[in-house]
Amino acid sequence: MKHDQKRRLFLKGSVAASTVGLAVGAGLLTPATVLAAWNQKAFQAKEIDKAIAAAAGNPTSEPSDKITIKAPDIAENGAVVPVSVVADIDGVDTIALLVEKNATPMSAIFHLPAGTLPDVSTRVKMGKTGDVIAVVKAKGKLYSARKGVKVTIGGCGG
Amino acid sequence: MAKTIKIRAKVKDGVTTVKSLITHPMETGLRKNKKTGEVIPAHFIQEVVCKHNGKVVLTCEWGASISKNPYLAFKFKGGKKGDAIELSWKDNKGQSDSITAKIR
Repeated sequence: MKHDQKRRLFLKGSVAASTVGLAVGAGLLTPATVLAAWNQKAFQAKEIDKAIAAAAGNPTSEPSDKITIKAPDIAENGAVVPVSVVADIDGVDTIALLVEKNATPMSAIFHLPAGTLPDVSTRVKMGKTGDVIAVVKAKGKLYSARKGVKVTIGGCGG
Repeated sequence: MAKTIKIRAKVKDGVTTVKSLITHPMETGLRKNKKTGEVIPAHFIQEVVCKHNGKVVLTCEWGASISKNPYLAFKFKGGKKGDAIELSWKDNKGQSDSITAKIR
């Protein structure tokens, strides 16, 4: 069956494949001139631990009730799920936001200079029901929290 | 020039809250054009920088899983009415935009 599938995919996809190749080339492989800083490793990691390690230096974090994640219990539209993260912790310099069940969980990394409050909000795409995870880095230590969101219509489009 | 960004910055009790809405497709690169079957290439904002009177108050690295027409809100200490807030973004195709607004 695998062989059949491969043949079908090859025949069907030889045009599509090259398009995908182009798309990948243009889209995911960032030309060095655009943004040396963009953390490609973190955003392309398929496992949560690897994504966090790439973003924050360490995959391990201490669950903390000082982090409040506001997100709906039920998201009617997985394409637009409002999330806000507030951390009642001193010295926060980084907040990473991940969507557990997305193919590449890392959604956003916020870098906060001194004076900026650990209080950020945005909207994320969620492919299916799962947790939104916030990892907060403060004075070299990592803290995390998670909140479950039920997704009725998945947010990754066609 | 600043046509893709709406921004509002307000100061209260020594804290400035910045809210912004950016027009951008935030394509993941995983969707297919239903008519042609071709993959729609990834096109998403990778970096957002916000400055207050020229000093960076937030840098964001975003992935394609940030929603289309992304919303961003955050707070920083300080700021007063009339101060300049500048927000700019850059995407994976090298496109960018920025806007400057005054704190109200």
